Amino acid sequence: MISCLGISKKYVSVEALKDITFEVPQGEIFGVIGPDGAGKTTLFRILTTLMLADSGTATVNGLDVVKDYREIRNHVGYMPGRFSLYRDLTVEENLNFFAKVFHTTVKENYDLVKDIYVQLEPFRKRRADALSGGMKQKLALSCALIHKPAALFLDEPTTGVDPVSRKEFWGMLQNLKRQGITILVSTPYMDEAALCDRMALIRNGSFLAIDTPEGITAQFSKPLWAVRSNRMSKLLADLRAGDGVESCFAFGDRHHVTLKREEPGRLREYLANQGHQDVEIDRIQPGIEDCFIRLTMP
Amino acid sequence: MKKAIEVENLTKRFGSFTAVNAISFDVAQGEIFGFLGANGAGKTTAMRMLCGLSRPTSGKGAVAGFDMIRQPEEIKRHIGYMSQRFSLYEDLAVWENIRLFAGIYGVPEKEIAPRTDGMLARIGFESGRNTRVKELPLGWKQKLSFAVAIFHEPKIVFLDEPTGGVDPLTRRRFWEMIYDAADRGISVFVTTHYMDEAEYCNRVSIMVDGRIDALDTPKNLKQQFGVRSMDEVFHRLARENALTSNAN
Repeated sequence: MISCLGISKKYVSVEALKDITFEVPQGEIFGVIGPDGAGKTTLFRILTTLMLADSGTATVNGLDVVKDYREIRNHVGYMPGRFSLYRDLTVEENLNFFAKVFHTTVKENYDLVKDIYVQLEPFRKRRADALSGGMKQKLALSCALIHKPAALFLDEPTTGVDPVSRKEFWGMLQNLKRQGITILVSTPYMDEAALCDRMALIRNGSFLAIDTPEGITAQFSKPLWAVRSNRMSKLLADLRAGDGVESCFAFGDRHHVTLKREEPGRLREYLANQGHQDVEIDRIQPGIEDCFIRLTMP
Repeated sequence: MKKAIEVENLTKRFGSFTAVNAISFDVAQGEIFGFLGANGAGKTTAMRMLCGLSRPTSGKGAVAGFDMIRQPEEIKRHIGYMSQRFSLYEDLAVWENIRLFAGIYGVPEKEIAPRTDGMLARIGFESGRNTRVKELPLGWKQKLSFAVAIFHEPKIVFLDEPTGGVDPLTRRRFWEMIYDAADRGISVFVTTHYMDEAEYCNRVSIMVDGRIDALDTPKNLKQQFGVRSMDEVFHRLARENALTSNAN
């Protein structure tokens, strides 16, 4: 459905994308996971025909992003990172406008947006700029869907959105996937990565890895230990100073640690000598965030 | 010891809508205080009042030792603030930004140069002194904004989603700067959507529909709700209210 071969893009001196190659089959949710400035938005703009790559080729739904740019626009829905609907139109007016621009009607494709749009219905006479963040996001998704696109490009749809609304939003994406829509979605939140079918970790314009969530975490090459004690701040410093410790990062109420040699018994002894009490050391499965850190460690 | 924040029944109404509904809490010196809540729960409105930018409809309180009703200008001068949107001047060099903000916050002329040296050394950025801010990577911009926000050594610094969108390594380094500031006695008032970061706070409050529905250490909150993570605590509190608060 989406195919990208050797795409590169440079802005003056910054290489925004370096030789990006990947494929997304129909009906897949593919995540582009990485921090601000990694190149996510540039990639989305190139694939939605809003920007030209310096080199490489890409197709969406079998159409070339350069030659067939007009036709592609009828087949893709794009939700940019910044809220880009008409602020002085109402909810209903915005949706009708986007339907009309794509030569269709809200009625014709209502099935597709129904689940999302019913939540907006009570506010259909409200101007878009008077909606809360979560509602704006739902309206933007409805407008991106109203012409029944084959592929949906969502650029950081959940940035700045609270954890509960984020979970809801991902539920909606699962519903769209079931209707056969291909979804390319970017996010800086690592916990969302686990909800994608496959993903690419991106940093400084390059893909660090492309795989399923399980595939990514399986690449973590060392046993990972979660450590806690009664003094977490001191524990972080002591772990970093410990000579058997390879890496150590804070993860909520525990620190995630890899060891140079797999001897957690000696670590326990060392921490006791440093005055730590209630020390717990557990072997755990690494998550996407552990992998991202490991891949980007200096 | 004097509190960095003490508020009682702080309330803000816009017409018939109550954005902040009689919240009461305090923040001790050197405490890291997490201020959580769903979008639309009233966090931003509460924070604007605490920073002296918006007058409470009712209630009372003091921030950095100054009265919220009578001395909002003093509050603005004596707090630090860093917004989620990056707020340094892109076209100025690093040292020019420091010089500008130090002047605005009334740091004595003689102290600016030595303190600038000390600050750049502490964050390990001496080599970046003459770099224009727009040329810095996002991670450095964020660290620098934080250092600038506490340059005048405020009693308390307000951080509004300081780590939104940064990579996992930078996010952790940023939190080490927060710990460092707290160790030096600066209170930190921080909002975040990353629930693992809630665990790094000494105490956490969770706002729901304008009220503070929970306030305690992360450990006690998890115990209280019988769950294993702050993420679950947040979902327990915010889920039932997700639809109503979205409607605002």
